[in-house]
This record gives sequence, structure tokens and C-alpha cells, in this order.
Amino acid sequence: MPKLLPLIEDAIKKPIWGCQMCGQCVLHSTGMVCPMTCPKTLRNGPCGGVRENGNCEVKPEMQCIWVKAFERKDKLPLPNSWRAHYNDLRPPVDMQLKGTSSWLNFLTKRDQKRPAGWPILAEKSGK
Amino acid sequence: MMSRVSEILENSKERLFTVEFPEIDSGGMERIAKHVDRIGPWFDAANSTDNTAAHAHASNTAVAIAIKIYGIEPILQIVCRDKNRLAIQSDLMGAALHGIENVVMLTGDDVSAGDEPEARRVFDLDGPQAVVVANVLATGQYLSGRKINPAPNFYIGAVENPAAPPVDYRIQRALKKHRAGARFLQLQICYHPDRLENFCRGVAELAPKLHIIPSVVLVKNEKSLNFMNDKVPGIDIPQSTIEGVKNSADPGESAYQLVLQQSKHALSLPGVRGLHVIDFRRDNSLERLMRELGRTPKL
Ligand code: SF4
Repeated sequence: MPKLLPLIEDAIKKPIWGCQMCGQCVLHSTGMVCPMTCPKTLRNGPCGGVRENGNCEVKPEMQCIWVKAFERKDKLPLPNSWRAHYNDLRPPVDMQLKGTSSWLNFLTKRDQKRPAGWPILAEKSGK
Repeated sequence: MMSRVSEILENSKERLFTVEFPEIDSGGMERIAKHVDRIGPWFDAANSTDNTAAHAHASNTAVAIAIKIYGIEPILQIVCRDKNRLAIQSDLMGAALHGIENVVMLTGDDVSAGDEPEARRVFDLDGPQAVVVANVLATGQYLSGRKINPAPNFYIGAVENPAAPPVDYRIQRALKKHRAGARFLQLQICYHPDRLENFCRGVAELAPKLHIIPSVVLVKNEKSLNFMNDKVPGIDIPQSTIEGVKNSADPGESAYQLVLQQSKHALSLPGVRGLHVIDFRRDNSLERLMRELGRTPKL
């Protein structure tokens, strides 16, 4: 099963969300918009280069994914507990998890592992 | 030792004036000295930039050290585009070795904004994460947890663009950087006074200890405004502003007056503790602006 899981996850999440199989999914907290589809792979909100029309600095024909996420988090019928995590300070991507199943990493809590120096307390958005 | 920047922002009511140090390609320390002569008397500190607009130049850390040798306090900028988390930590530790304390951590323009768009973009960290990393070093450890003794002293800042969409989220993003450990925010140049004002009001209300330093840029005429509007990511200049400069009797003077007006407006806003100046004119208007804002030159 663990070998099959990444294939299944990829087959489902790629067509819907453009999933890049980072192995540490945060879709629930970003209005179901995958931050790894940002050309800069930013996980903590939009860069300063967003165009006046809301499109991406790097790909002028694409809406900035963080503009999209900001709209969708309120529009989609998501639980408020998910919305509350929108402004969380997400840790740097663990490159070791690339290509693995985020579902499995969630169940085993592998996706909760942080570098020893990372201040977990700073992650939660306050008020 | 506390940096002058932190001394002014944390322990005084004075305003902080910072300047963008011109990018350096060659010419050795004499080139540095020439710039220092011109801008040194007017500013409390100078930003040493990190491959601005995705163009390679002499390194951010090397230039920061050079500025410091000539007696201007550097603010070291580090962007996430060109370096992974190891390189960013070694930039910071290398700077600390030379007594550099002020650092500004930012995401950075994409490689596509520069003259080597075929380069690999890194973004191993993003802006807020980079702020955390600087903060982690300052508490005496690397990100891995490996101890650093004694811990380096850093006074950490970040940047934000108050005018870029989604405008309604920018205050929250500034708060996130504050939570990550940023004590001050240098802002992207902004040609929408209403957006700047909303942003500053919001930050002042929700994070009164986060010091805001808006930026202005001295340009010669409407051509430079058009250039920025078209080429610089995240900068939008209303057509009416550009036309106003273009159609005036003296576009050079009118471009200057625009900056003077922007500066006065920015300095009047809540939460704002100073001003950051970028000078593309390289004539006497930098000195004029400083005098008209009430600055007196240091010897
Ligand atoms: S504009 Fe948006 S999608 Fe494009 S690089 Fe910046 S944050 Fe990512």
C-alpha cells in the first residue's frame, strides 16, 4: 500500500489542484489552492510582485495563486477551523518528502517534523 | 553593541533615514568611497542590496562590509531567489563576523525580471521563513539546532508591498513577518497614497511596535516612471501621475516635487518612523530632498 499511495494521491490531486507531491499538504489552509503551483513555491502568501490586475509576476497570463487563495478561502464552503489557519507561518518545505504521499505523512505525523531550531510556537496565526 | 538603526527605532523618537547603496560592479574601494562621500552625510544607514532586480552584482555581504569600513552603517538585504537555506545562513553568519547587525530578509524578484532569465530560481525559503531563520541564528543556533556560541546580534527587518494585490491581505502579511521576528518593515515604493495610508494605519493599530519605513525613488522624468511601471514587478503607477509629470513645463522639477510630496505624506502617517530613499537621478536632488525634509548633514 505505501508504494501505491503516492501514485493514487498524484492521480487524484494533480488534475484537480495541480498537486506537485511535496508530501506535506497545506491545501486545507490555503483555500484549496496549492502553493506549490506558485512559480516561486511560496507557502506564506503573495510576493511583492503581483500585478495590478492580480496576475502573477512570473506568468503574466496566470492569476497569482495567492490572490486566488485569498478569494477562495472565504468563498468555498470550508470549515472555519481551516480558514483560521490561512495566515499561519508555514515552515520551509522538507525536500526529503518530495514525491511521497502527504496522506501517509499526515497519518504518521511525519509532516509535523521540523528542524530542531524551528520555532513551532511562531507558526500559529494569532488574532 | 546596538546598531544605530535599532537605537533610533527602539530607543528614540527620532526619524530614521536610510538610502539604497548603488549597486557595485567594479572600481574597487574607490568606487565605494565616491558613493559614501555623496550620500554619507545625509543618512543613518545604507541598504546593501542582493542582486537587485535579478541582475548579478558584487555580493550583498561584500558591499555591506565595504560600506561599514567607510563608516556608514549597513543594512544587509538578503533575498531568497539565489540562495538556499544553507547559503542564507552563511551570508548572515559571515556578516555577523564583520559586526553587521541590521538585516532585511525578503522574497525577492523572480529571475525572469533580470538579464539571466534562464537561471534556476531557488526560493528554498520564502520571505517570512527567512525572517524566522535570521531570528533563530540570533537565539544562538542554526536551523538544525546546532549551537552558536556566542549568538550573533541581529536587528531584523522585512519588506512589504502595500499596494500590490491582494491589497486587503497585505497588513496580515506584515503581521506574519512581525510574528516571525521582524522589528521593522521597509516598504516597496508606492504610487497609491490611499493604499499606503490604509496599510500604515492598519499596521500601526495591530502591531504598534513594528516600525514602518516607506520608500521613495528620485527619478529624472516621466520616462523613468514609465519604465518602472512597465518593468519593475509590483510597481503600478497611475497614468495620471505619469501624465502630470510629462505635461508639466519642467518635467525634471515636477518629478522632484512628486517625490517631495510623497515623502512628506509618508512621514505624516501613523506607524511610520522614517524614510528609505532610492536615487536614480544622481544629481543634486538627493541633497535638496534631504534639506527640504529638514535634515542637516553630518560631518
Ligand atoms: S505573483 Fe503570486 S503566483 Fe506569482 S510568484 Fe508571486 S506569489 Fe507566486
